Amino acid sequence: MSTIWSVEHLRKYFPVQKSFFERLFTRKTEYVKAVDDVDFSIRRGEVFTLAGESGCGKTTTGMLLARLIEPTSGKMFFEGKNIGMLRGEELRRLRRKIQIIFQDPYASLNPRMKIGKTVGHPLEIHGLAKGSEKGKKVLEVLGEVGLTPPEKFVDLYPHQLSGGQRQRVAVARSIILRPEFIVADEPVSMIDVSIRTTIIDLMLDLREKLGLTYLFITHDLAVAKYISDRIAIMYLGKIVELSEKTELFSNPLHPYTMALLSAIPLPNPERKRQTIELKGEVPSAIRIPSGCRFHPRCFAATEICSQQEPKLTLVGSDHFVACYYPGARPEQNG
Amino acid sequence: MSLLEVDHLTIDYKTRRGIVRAVNDVSFSMKKGETLGLVGESGSGKSTLGLSLVRLVPFPGVIRSGHIRVEKKDIVSLRDKEMRSIRGSKIAFVFQDPMTSLNPVKRIGDHFIEFLRTHTPHISKKEALKRAKNILDELGIPNERINDYPHQFSGGMRQRIMIGLAIALNPSLVIADEPTTALDVIVQDKILGILKDLSRAHDMALILITHDLSIVLERCDNIFVMYAGHQVEYGKSEELYRDPKHPYTQKLLQSIPNIELADQKLDAIPGSPPDLLNLPKGCPFWPRCPHVMAICRIKVPPIISLGSGHLVKCFLYGGTES
Repeated sequence: MSTIWSVEHLRKYFPVQKSFFERLFTRKTEYVKAVDDVDFSIRRGEVFTLAGESGCGKTTTGMLLARLIEPTSGKMFFEGKNIGMLRGEELRRLRRKIQIIFQDPYASLNPRMKIGKTVGHPLEIHGLAKGSEKGKKVLEVLGEVGLTPPEKFVDLYPHQLSGGQRQRVAVARSIILRPEFIVADEPVSMIDVSIRTTIIDLMLDLREKLGLTYLFITHDLAVAKYISDRIAIMYLGKIVELSEKTELFSNPLHPYTMALLSAIPLPNPERKRQTIELKGEVPSAIRIPSGCRFHPRCFAATEICSQQEPKLTLVGSDHFVACYYPGARPEQNG
Repeated sequence: MSLLEVDHLTIDYKTRRGIVRAVNDVSFSMKKGETLGLVGESGSGKSTLGLSLVRLVPFPGVIRSGHIRVEKKDIVSLRDKEMRSIRGSKIAFVFQDPMTSLNPVKRIGDHFIEFLRTHTPHISKKEALKRAKNILDELGIPNERINDYPHQFSGGMRQRIMIGLAIALNPSLVIADEPTTALDVIVQDKILGILKDLSRAHDMALILITHDLSIVLERCDNIFVMYAGHQVEYGKSEELYRDPKHPYTQKLLQSIPNIELADQKLDAIPGSPPDLLNLPKGCPFWPRCPHVMAICRIKVPPIISLGSGHLVKCFLYGGTES
C-alpha cells in the first residue's frame, strides 16, 4: 500500500484573545496548542481514525489536512507534495482531491438551496460541468449514495429530509468531484442509532467503488473500531498511541488508551467492566504539563515522565506508543 | 410497594400543523430504589415522558389523559402549588445541559442555599451551607470550591453539581435526562457511576433517559423502550438483552457496536424514525418492521404480558384474534 499522506511535526497554535487591559499589562501572547507536534502517515485506501476526547486536537488536525486552516509549522505531504502553504489556483486544484463531511447535517447544508443545487455546487465552483451534464452527474451521485429515485430528491429542500438522508446529501456533495481523500468529522454522531450503520456502510462501500481514503474523526471508540483500519489516540494535541485497530483494542499500551477503553460501556448486562480511574481532568491546552503531558493523571508516572517528553516509538508490528512504560498496569485498588 | 405508577398516560403537543402525540397510552411502575432506563431515538417521546413526571411538559404540551401516581398520590390533578412541594423534594430532575442549567452569576453555594431554603424555609444559611458541603463531599468536589462560580468548573464537575442539587433534599426518585450526552467517555463513566452509587446508598429510584442502549444495559435494572410515543417493550435488562421480543428492540440491539466482539457485523433499521405529525396507521413501527403483517397496518397492537414483568406491544405475540 502506498502512502497518500505523510505528516511531519505538524503544529497548530491559536493565540488566546485578550482583553484590552490584559494586553496593557502582559506582553506575552498565550497560545492554545491545539495540535502540538504530530507525526503520522495515511495509506492509500485505508480508514485512518483520529480518536480522543473533546479538545484533544482531532478536529483541528482534520481541518489542517483539508486545508481549511493553515498550520503554524510542520509539513503535510499529500501524494508527495507539501501542501501546507499552498495558495490560489494550486490550492483550488488540490481541493478537488480533498473533500470533507461535517458532523451536523442540519448545519452543513444550505436550507435555502435545493438538494440538486447543493450537490452540484462543487462542479460549478470548479467549472467542471454545466447545464444538463451537471444535472446528469448530480442524479448519478444521488443514486450512488442511495437517495433513490434521485429525480425526487433533486427538487427537495434539506428540511424535507430526515437526518440520515441529509447526511447522505453531504456524502453526495463530497464525492461528486471524485476526490481521492475525504475528511469525515464525526459524520454519524448526530444520526440516530438505528440508521447509523447505514451511513457507515455507505462510506465503506464508496471507498471500495471510488478508491477513497478516509480520515475519520470520532470520540466514539466503538464506532471507530467498526469502521477503521488504523486508529490514532490523541491526548491534548498529541498522538499517544497509533495502531491497527484489533491490536489496539486487545493490547492497548498507553495508560491513557487503557483508561479510555476501560470507560466504554459494554452493551451487555452480564459483563462487569473494571474501570481504570484517572486522577483529575484534562488540563488546559494553554498550559500543557511538562514532559509527558499525561503524567499528572497517569498511574505509572515516575520522575522522568515529568521531565522529558516520550517520543512516539514503534513497539510491535505497526503499533506505536509514546510512553516510557508501555503496557504498565494500574496497581490493584490504586 | 410501588413508588411510581404511570397509568395509560397520553401527552399531546398542539402545534399549528396538527396534534403531535408525544406519549401514547404509556403505563409502567417503579419500585423504591429501582433503576429504570428509558431508551428511545430522537422524537420517541422519552424526554416528554420524563418531564411529565415532574409536571414540566413545556407549552404547548398537555397531559391528555391518564394518571401519574407518586406514592399513591395522583400528581396529574395537583394544583401548581402542591406540585411545587413535591418537585425537588420527592422527585428531582437532572437536565441534559449543565452549562445552561446553572445560574452563571451565582456561586455554587448560593445555588444550594436557594434550593434548600425554598423547600425548607426554616433552615438557616449556615445549616444549608453545611448540607451543601456534605453533598459536594459525596460527589468528590473539594469543599473549598463552594464559593466558585459555574464557569470555573469543567463540564463533568458541573454535571456533578447538578446531581448534587437534585439529591439535596433526599428525593425518592431522580430523573436524569441524557445526563452525560455532552460529556466525554471517561467523565460519562464517572458520572453514571456516581448516580448509581447514590441510588444505592440512599435507596433512591433512578430513571435514566438516554438514546444510548449500552449505558442502560450496563447500569439499569429494567429497561423501557419507546418508539414514536409508544412503549414497545419493557423488561429486566438481562432479559431484554438475552431475549428481546419486539422487532425494534431486536434490531436496535444488533445496531450497537460492542468493543468486546471481534469483526462484529452491525445491522441497521431501514427507513428512518417516523414524522410524529404524520404517523402511519396501526403500529408506528410497521413501515420499518421485518415481520410486518396485514393487521399491523390497520390496528395498534395491544400490550402483551410475557410473564415475569416482560411486556411487549406487538402482534407477533398475540392480540390478533379480537
